[in-house]
Amino acid sequence: MTESPATKPVDGEACERVKNGLKPERNGLVRSLHRCHERQYKHHSLADEEEVHTASHYGSLYTQPFLESFEETPMLVAVLTYMGYGILTIFGYLRDFLRHWKIERCYIAREKEEQRDFVPLYQDFENFYTRNLYMRIRDNWNRPICSVPGAKMDLMERMSNDYNWTFEYTGRVVQEVINMGSYNYLGFAENTGPCADSVAKVTAEYGVGVASTRQETGNLDKHEEMEKLVAQFLGMESAMAFGMGFATNSMNIPALVGKGCLILSDELNHASLVLGARLSGSTIRVFKHNNMQSLEKLLREAIVHGQPRTHRPWKKILIVVEGIYSMEGSIVRLPEVIALKKRYRAYLYLDEAHSIGALGPRGRGVVDYFGLDPCDVDVLMGTFTKSFGAAGGYIAGKRELIEFLRSHSHSAVYATSMSPPVVEQIITSMKCIMGEDGTTIGRERVTQLAENTVYFRRRLRELGFIIYGNNDSPVVPLMLYMPAKIGAFGREMLKRNIGVVVVGFPATPIIESRARFCISAAHTTDMLDRALSVISEVGDLLQLKYSRHRKRPLAARPFDDSVYEDIDD
Amino acid sequence: MNFKNLREYLAWLYFQYLLITGIYVLEPWEKSIFNSILFTAIAMVIYTSYVFVPIHVRLALEFFSGICGGQPESTVALMN
Ligand SMILES: Cc1ncc(COP(=O)(O)O)c(C=O)c1O
Repeated sequence: MTESPATKPVDGEACERVKNGLKPERNGLVRSLHRCHERQYKHHSLADEEEVHTASHYGSLYTQPFLESFEETPMLVAVLTYMGYGILTIFGYLRDFLRHWKIERCYIAREKEEQRDFVPLYQDFENFYTRNLYMRIRDNWNRPICSVPGAKMDLMERMSNDYNWTFEYTGRVVQEVINMGSYNYLGFAENTGPCADSVAKVTAEYGVGVASTRQETGNLDKHEEMEKLVAQFLGMESAMAFGMGFATNSMNIPALVGKGCLILSDELNHASLVLGARLSGSTIRVFKHNNMQSLEKLLREAIVHGQPRTHRPWKKILIVVEGIYSMEGSIVRLPEVIALKKRYRAYLYLDEAHSIGALGPRGRGVVDYFGLDPCDVDVLMGTFTKSFGAAGGYIAGKRELIEFLRSHSHSAVYATSMSPPVVEQIITSMKCIMGEDGTTIGRERVTQLAENTVYFRRRLRELGFIIYGNNDSPVVPLMLYMPAKIGAFGREMLKRNIGVVVVGFPATPIIESRARFCISAAHTTDMLDRALSVISEVGDLLQLKYSRHRKRPLAARPFDDSVYEDIDD
Repeated sequence: MNFKNLREYLAWLYFQYLLITGIYVLEPWEKSIFNSILFTAIAMVIYTSYVFVPIHVRLALEFFSGICGGQPESTVALMN
C-alpha cells in the first residue's frame, strides 16, 4: 500500500538519463543504484520516519511537485482494529452456530438439505463476512435516491425492523442531502441546462436506440461524430466508443494481447482490467502500487529471462495502469512509466476512467496534468460514466490500432451500439469542456474542481484526519480503520444530511476501511464548508482524527535538488 | 469535545467503548452478552487480586528479606 520513498530517486535518475538520450548501458546501473541509495538515506534521515511521503520533481520529468502521502497506520489503531474484527468474528461464529441448529432463522442463502454432501457453497470467508459483518451495517450501502445525483440529492428514507435483513420504505424523503459520493467530477449530472436540452432533442429525433451492433445497422452519424470528437479531445489519431466502460477494458485487452504476451499490472487495478488481463490468457505479473522500481525490476526480468521454460522473448509486454486509482486517490507516475516503457520497448495501456475530465488544466486527464504528449501512450482508455455524466467507454490510439480493434474486439462486434441520447450527452459535455459551445463554462468547471479538491484536502489534513493519495486527486479517501466506525460514520453523516460512501473489506485491505469523498465542480464553497464542519464534528464524536502530523503542511519538507547533480557521469 | 455535564461525558465514553470493541454493530442481546462476559471477567480479576495480592506481597517480602536479611552480618564480619 505504502511505497518506499527510497525508490524514487532511482527511477527519476534512470528515466532522466533516457531523456538525455544516453544509452542505458553506458553507466553501470548497479553502481548508480547504490549511490542513489546511499544519498537517499542521508537525505531521508532528516525527514521524519513515520509518514511515507514522496515528493519527486527531479530533473525535467515533473513540471510541478508530485505530492502523494500514505500516512502509516498508527500501531494502536491497527491493534484495536484487529481486536474489533476478532470480537465480531466470535459473534459471527455464535450466530452461525445458532443458525445451524435452527435456534435462529436464517435469512440468507445456505446449503440445501439435498445437497448435503456436495462441495459447500457458503462457507468461505467472504460469505461469512457478508453474513455476519456486512449485513449488520448494510444500511450504509445501496441507498435508493429519487433525484438527480448532482451536488445535492434526495434519498428515500428506509428502515429495518430486523437488523438490516429486510428494509421498508417509510414513504418519506430525506431532502437536500449533500452528495459526496458520486463520481460527478465536473457536475454534468444535471437535468437542466444545455446538455439536458440537446439530449431531449436528440431523443425525439433518434429515439433511444436501434438495438443492433455498429457493424450491422446500429451505426448512426452521431456515433461517428462522437468518435471524431473524442479523438480530437484527446489529441489522438483515432478513437472508438463502447456502450460500457467495464466491457471496454475486459473485452479489448484480450483483443490486444494473448498467449505468449506479458501483462504488467498495477496491484490496485480495477476489476475490469484484472478481468480483461485474465481473459486474454497472457502471463500476468503484478507490480507494487505506483512503485516504479518494482515495475522496472519486472520489466528487466521479463526481458532478460523471456518466457518461462522456452526462454523465448515475450511477444509483447503491456503495462496496464490507471490514471487515478479510485480507492487510494493516487495518481499514476506517468512520466516515469512512459520513460520506462520507452526504454524497455513495452506498450502502455492507460485507463483514464477517473482522470479524464477531472485532471489537467484543460481537463484532458493525466496526460494533460503532466503536460505530456498523448501519443506516448499506446492505448488510451477512459469512460464517459464519470466526468461526462453519461455512460460507456472509449479507446483512443493510432489509426491502425483502432481499425484493428473495430474488427477484432468482441465488444465492437457483438455489443449493441450506444443509445443516441447518451451519445449526445457525451458530445455536448465534451464540447463544453473544450469550449466549443462558445462559453467558458467547461473551463470554469475544470478549474473549480481543481480548487475544490485542493481546498477540501487541505482542510481535512488540517483537521487532523488521515487522508490518502495525491494532493490534486478529486478522490479523497479518509481512513476509518475500525469496523464499527464504518457503520457509525455513514449513519452519523446521513443524520447530519451528508451522503458519503464508506468502503470496507473486499474492496480494501481488511484494516484499511475508509470513507471516500468525491469532489465535484458542482460543490459550492458553502457546501464544502458545511460538509467539512460536519466531518469534523463526526470525527470528534468517533475519534477519527488519527493523524500525527497535524501541524506540518505537506509541502514543507525542503527538497535539495543538488543531491543528484553529480550522479550523471 | 466539550461536555455539558458528566452524564454526557459518560455517554460519550460508552460510545467510544462500543466503537473500539466493535460491539456498536451488534444486536442488543449480543451486546449484553459481551458486556456481561467482560464485566464478569474484570470483576473476577479485581476480586482475585484483592484476595491474593496481599498474600503474595507478604510472601515476596519475606522471601527477599530472607535473602537480604541474612547477608549483612557476614558482610560486616568480612569487612571487619
Ligand atoms: C478504473 C476503471 N475502469 C473502468 C471502469 C468501468 O466503467 P463503467 O462504470 O463505465 O463500466 C471503472 C468504473 O468504476 C473504473 O473505475
